[in-house]
Amino acid sequence: MDPADVVTAVTDSGLRSRGGAGFPTGVKWKTVADAESELKFVCCNADEGDSGTFADRMLMEGDPFTLLTGMTIAAYAVGASEGYVYVRSEYPDAVAALRTAIVAARGQGWLGESVLGSGFAFDVHVRVGAGAYICGEETSMLESLEGKRGTVRPKPPIPALEGLFGHPTVVNNVLSLASVPTILADGAEAYAALGVGRSRGTQVFQLGGNIARGGVLETAFGISLGELVETFGGGTLSGRPVRAVQVGGPLGAYLPVEQFDLPMDYEAFAASGAMVGHGGIVVFDDTVDMSSMARFAMEFCAEESCGRCTPCRIGAVRGVETIDRIRAGEDREANLVLLEDLCELMTDGSLCAMGGLTPLPVRSAITHFGEDFR
Amino acid sequence: MSLLKEPDFGTPARSGEATVELTVDGVAVAVPPGTSVMRAAAQAGLEVPKLCATDSLEAFGSCRLCVVEIDGARGTPASCTTPVAPGMVVRTQTEKLGKLRRGVMELYISDHPLDCLTCSANGDCELQDMAGVTGLREVRYGSGVDAGANHMDLLSDTSNPYFVFDPAKCILCSRCVRACDEVQGTLALTIEGRGFDSKVSPGAGGTFMESDCVSCGACVQACPTATLQERSVVELGMPTRSVVTTCAYCGVGCSFKAELRGSGDSTEVVRMVPHKDGGANEGHSCVKGRFAFGYASHPDRVLTPRVRDSIADEWREVSWEEAITHTARRLRAIQAEHGAGAIGAITSSRCTNEEVYVVQKMVRAAFGNNNVDTCARVCHSPTGYGLNQTFGTSAGTQDFASVADADVIMVIGANPTDAHPVFGSRMKKRLRQGARLIVADPRSIDLVRSPHIEAAHHLALNPGTNVAIVNAMAHVVVTEGLVDRGFVDARCENTGEWEEFIADPAHSPEAVEEITGVPASDVRAAARLYATAGNAAIYYGLGVTEHSQGSTMVMGMANLAMATGNIGRSGVGVNPLRGQNNVQGSCDMGSFPHELPGYRHVSDGSVREVYEQLWGTPLLDEPGLRIPNMFDSALDGSFRALFVQGEDIAQSDPNTGHVHAALAALDLVVVQDLFVNETAKFAHVLLPGTSFLEKDGTFTNAERRINRVRPVTAARTGKQEWQIVCEIAQAMGYPMHYDDAAQIMDEIALTTPTFSGVSFAHLDAVGSVQWPCTPERPEGTPIMHVDGFVRGKGRFMVTPYVPTRERSNRRFPLILTTGRILSQYNVGAQTRRTANVAWHPEDVLELHPHDAEVRGVADGDRVELASRVGSTSLRARISDRMPVGVCYTTFHHPVSGANVVTTDNSDWATNCPEYKVTAVQVTPSTALTAAVPAQEETTVGAGRG
Repeated sequence: MDPADVVTAVTDSGLRSRGGAGFPTGVKWKTVADAESELKFVCCNADEGDSGTFADRMLMEGDPFTLLTGMTIAAYAVGASEGYVYVRSEYPDAVAALRTAIVAARGQGWLGESVLGSGFAFDVHVRVGAGAYICGEETSMLESLEGKRGTVRPKPPIPALEGLFGHPTVVNNVLSLASVPTILADGAEAYAALGVGRSRGTQVFQLGGNIARGGVLETAFGISLGELVETFGGGTLSGRPVRAVQVGGPLGAYLPVEQFDLPMDYEAFAASGAMVGHGGIVVFDDTVDMSSMARFAMEFCAEESCGRCTPCRIGAVRGVETIDRIRAGEDREANLVLLEDLCELMTDGSLCAMGGLTPLPVRSAITHFGEDFR
Repeated sequence: MSLLKEPDFGTPARSGEATVELTVDGVAVAVPPGTSVMRAAAQAGLEVPKLCATDSLEAFGSCRLCVVEIDGARGTPASCTTPVAPGMVVRTQTEKLGKLRRGVMELYISDHPLDCLTCSANGDCELQDMAGVTGLREVRYGSGVDAGANHMDLLSDTSNPYFVFDPAKCILCSRCVRACDEVQGTLALTIEGRGFDSKVSPGAGGTFMESDCVSCGACVQACPTATLQERSVVELGMPTRSVVTTCAYCGVGCSFKAELRGSGDSTEVVRMVPHKDGGANEGHSCVKGRFAFGYASHPDRVLTPRVRDSIADEWREVSWEEAITHTARRLRAIQAEHGAGAIGAITSSRCTNEEVYVVQKMVRAAFGNNNVDTCARVCHSPTGYGLNQTFGTSAGTQDFASVADADVIMVIGANPTDAHPVFGSRMKKRLRQGARLIVADPRSIDLVRSPHIEAAHHLALNPGTNVAIVNAMAHVVVTEGLVDRGFVDARCENTGEWEEFIADPAHSPEAVEEITGVPASDVRAAARLYATAGNAAIYYGLGVTEHSQGSTMVMGMANLAMATGNIGRSGVGVNPLRGQNNVQGSCDMGSFPHELPGYRHVSDGSVREVYEQLWGTPLLDEPGLRIPNMFDSALDGSFRALFVQGEDIAQSDPNTGHVHAALAALDLVVVQDLFVNETAKFAHVLLPGTSFLEKDGTFTNAERRINRVRPVTAARTGKQEWQIVCEIAQAMGYPMHYDDAAQIMDEIALTTPTFSGVSFAHLDAVGSVQWPCTPERPEGTPIMHVDGFVRGKGRFMVTPYVPTRERSNRRFPLILTTGRILSQYNVGAQTRRTANVAWHPEDVLELHPHDAEVRGVADGDRVELASRVGSTSLRARISDRMPVGVCYTTFHHPVSGANVVTTDNSDWATNCPEYKVTAVQVTPSTALTAAVPAQEETTVGAGRG
C-alpha cells in the first residue's frame, strides 16, 4: 500500500479521535500528508489526565507494540520520520514498558533507519510529562515537548500544519493510533461496519467510580449508557441506587438515570448536552452532593488551568467562590445568575476546551440536579 | 503639540500586496494575506477592544476581549489570532460580544486594586480604557473585605533605578515577556507558576536587577497598566505633551517622543518614549536613550562662559560677549605671530549637522586654513577611505531594515548587542528566524551564543590579523569557483589583478592558520556559507577600523562583498556600525582636513569655487592637519591654538601622555562642551554647550538617515552652539550669520549635491530621509549602488596583509583590546551622570582564567596594566569570553585611564589609532595607583584620579 492508500483506509474506516475531540483521524492525516515539509512528526498523546480514565495506560502497559505499530503506520502515511510518545509522569510503568518495547522493536528492525528493510526511516522516543492536566491538550503538549511551559497555543495554525517545532505534526491519542493496525489488517469496511451514525468502530470504555465491576471494556459505539453501567458494570459498589454518571472525564456532563438509554455516540451525546470524550464513565450513588461536584469542576479547572486566558485563569477561581456562596445560601438567586453568566463567558471566551468545557458539568449539575443547589 | 499617541493596530503588519478583501461591520477593507482580523478592522477605522494585543508583538490570545462574530464560523473567535479570509464578513459589535467583553473586564477588575485616581497610570492605562469602552458597571465577585482570591498584596520590585514592577496590578497579558522575547531578544522574563498563581518573573524568581534584564524598557512600554511603570512618571505625574526628537547616544539614532510637562522655563522631561515611526528604531530603544537623559539637567552642567589666562589659574566666569571677543582676539593674535595655519578646530560627532557645518566653515572661511578634523579620525575614518576607494561612497550601503532580508549575517569586530543595542535586537530577530551567523572576533561576544541564537562559525582570530582572515575567505571564494561572475563582470573593475593576487596560495586559510589562530576548515566553511547561502550581509565596527590596517580591511570586506555579488539590494551590503549619534553627519559636513562637505577634496577647483562664491572668500586648496598631526605640531611649536567642539580628546584619544603634553603646549585651547571634562582641564576658554534637548537641528545615523533633533527647551546656556561659532567668526572679522538652524541646512542643501533635497520642512513632512536625497529623489536612498556604484564600477583593491608593528614580547606578553558596553557610553560624560552607574561603576580588565591564574590574579583583584607607553590600575574580572593571551577593557571612566596605555600606532591611510592591539603586561597590584604615562613630559592636570 502506498501512503495515500493508508490515509484513505483510515478515513474510510470512520475512525475519530479517541482522546475526546472526535475529529476524523483520516482527515487529520491527510492534512499532514499534503503539507510540504522536510520534517514531520507523529506525536502520541498519552497524557490521559481525565479522572476515571485508564484505557491508554492499560494498553501501553499491556500491549505497547500495538501503539508503536500504529505510530509507524501513521508516520508512513504522512511522511514523518520521528515520533514521540508523551506519557504523563503518573504512569511510570507505562513509561518503562514503552521504553523496553522500543528497544526491542529497534532490535527487530521494526523501528530505525529502515523499518523492516523498506528504506522508510522512523524512530520513536518517550517523553515524560510533569503533572499538568493541560498538557493533554494537544498544543500544550507540543509546548511541553519543546521544553517550554505547557500553555495553550491559539489555533490557527493547527498542529497538522505547524506543530512540533513548527513542523507538520500528527497528534493522536493512544487509542486512535492503537486502532490503526486492526483497520489495516481487517480492512476499513470491517471497522466501519461496527458502530452507529457517524461513530464508527469501537471505543474502549472505562468504568469507574462507585461501580461494582470496574475496568476497561472495548465494544462498538451504539451501546447504551445504561447497559454499560448496569449490565457490564453491575451498578454501584455501594449497592445504593445510581444517581449520576459523569461521562467523558472531569469536563463531561453529569447525566441522570433518566438518560441511561442514550447510545454511546458522539452526536447523540452532544445533542443531549453531554460528551463521550475519552470514554471514561464515573458512577455516583444517591449520597452524592451535586453542588459539591459542580464546585469540584471549577476547582479542577482552577488547579489545572495553564493561566493563559482570563476566563479560565480567573473565572475558575471565581466559579469556586460563587458556588461556595450558593451552597452557603448567600444571595442564592443573584449568584446563580452570576454563575450562569460566568459559565457562558467561559464557554464562549476561553482559549481552549479546558475553560471552554468546565461549564458543561456545572450546568448539567444545575439542570439535572438543581435541588442540590437550594 | 499635545501628547502623541500612535495608533495601535493590534498585531504586526504582514508584507505583500493587500489582496484579501473582507467586510468588517459593513466596511470593506483589503489587507495582505496573513493579516489578523483585528488589524484589518483597525485599518478599516473600527477598533476592537483589546488588552493583550499590541502591534509590535505577535498575537497571544490571552485577554479574550477582542472576540468577534464571523459569518459561517462557530462561536466567537478572538480577532487577534484569526487570519483574514477572502469574503469574510465580520461583526465586531453585537449584544453577545458586549456581554462577553464586560464579563472579561469583570473578572480582571475582581483581581485589581481599585485605586485608579491615585495610581501612577491614571490617564495612561489600557485597563482603565477598556473598562470604559466595554461599559463595565459592576463587579459582582465581591470587593474589599468580600473580595475573592487576589494578588493585591504582592510586593513591588524596586531594584531597577529607572522603573518599578508592581505585580499587584498585573493582568498577566504577558506583553512584557513577549516584548523581551520578540523585540529586545534578551528573553529575561518569564511567567512563573500556572493558572491563578501565574506571576511575571525576571529570571528564576529574583529581582529585575539580578536578572538578565538590560533595562531597555520595552516591557515598561508594553505594559498596559501601572505594573511596569517609569519611576519618573510615578514621581512627576503624567506628561501632557510630546516633542519628537532623536537620541544623542549612539549611531543607531533612535527616534523618541520626549514627553513633557510644564512649559517655558519650567519644562520638564517626564520620560522618553521611542517613536514607532522612527525609521531606525521602530518603537524600541535601549537603557541609555530611554532612561539616561538626566545628565542634561545635572548640576555639573557648565552654563556660563569661563576664561583663564593659564591652565594653572582658576576659572573666571564672564559674559558671552567677553568670552567671544577674547577668543577671537587671541586666535587672530596667534595667527599674526605664528602663521595662518597655527590654529585649527576639532568638530564634534555629537553635535548637530548644522553646528558642525558652521565650525568647518569658521575654520575654512574665518581661520583661512583646512585644519579641521573630527572624532571619526579615531573610529571610522578607515570606513570613509576604504569604501570610497572601492564603492565611491564613504558610508554604509544599506538601511537597518535590510537585516530582515539577510540569509547570512557576518559580524566582524563589532558587538552590536552592547554598542548598537536597538540594531542588535533587530539583527537577533532575524537570526531567531533562521538566518545564519558568522562572528569574527577574538572575544566570544554575546552573539556567539545567546538565547535561541548560535553562530554557525566563530572565527576567534588573533587581534591584528583581520586582513589575513578576510583575504583567506576571499581566496576560498575565488579558488573554489564561488565568484558571482555575472555581477563581477558587469559591475566591477580591476578584477583580474585582484583575483590573481588573492588566488596566491599565501592567502589560503591553511597558509594563514598559524598567524590568525583560526583553523583553516572553519575559514573555508565560513567563506562557503557567506558565498552561497543567498543574501549575505557584513556588519562591522571598530574591531575592523581601529587597527594599523583598518582601511585595508574595509577594502578587503568590500572585495568579498563584490566578488559574491552581495551589493545593491536589501539583505546584503557592507554596513559600518557608526558609533556616535552624528559621526556620520560630522563626516558628511566636511569636518576633514582634506574634504569639503560631501566628501569632495579641497583640491577640486570646481567645488571650491561654489563655496568661495557663497562664502565670499578664497579657500585653501591644500589639506590641513589631522588630529594626530595637530598633537605632533603642538609639540614642535608650529600649531598653537585649538578649538574643540564637544569632544574629550584628553580621555578618548590614544596615548594619553602624548595628548596631555600636546594640549599643555598650546597657547590657547577653547573647549565648547556640556561639562568640565578632561580636555577642559587644559583649556583657557570654556564655552557652555547645549544638550540634545536644547538643540534644533539634525543628526545623521549609521544608515545615512537624517533625523530631526527638536528642542524641548531653549538653550539653558543662553546661546545655541552654532550661534557661538558664528559670533566668534564675526568677531574675527568674517561675517557669519543665520536666523535659525533651518537656514544652515538650507545652505548645506544648496552646496552639497547629496543633500540637495533636504530641508527642515521636508524632514518635518516625511520624518527622516537617507542621503542621497535630491529633488529628483525626495524620498532618499535606503539602499545604495543598486544599478551602478557611485564611482561607476566597483573597484577591487589589492589588500596584502601587513602585520602591525605592535608586537607582544616577554615584557608585554598579552594583547589588550578595547570596546564599549551597554550601559555606559564612550567617555561616560553623559552616562556617568545618570543612574546607569548602577551597572558599570568602574572599568574593569577582563582576563582569561589561565592568564589570571599564572599571574596569581583572582576575580576582583586590583591589577596594574602596563604597555610600552604607560600604565594604569584596574580591577580584574575573570571572563570566559576572552581567549588566552588577550585582555579587554573599556574607557568609560577617566580614572581608569585606559588610553594611557594605548599607543600611537595607527591606520596607514587615515591615522585611525590602533586601539585594538596594544601589547601589555598585567601584574597584581595593591596600590590604588593613578594612571601614569611612561614618558615624563610636563603634563599639568594629567593623572589626577
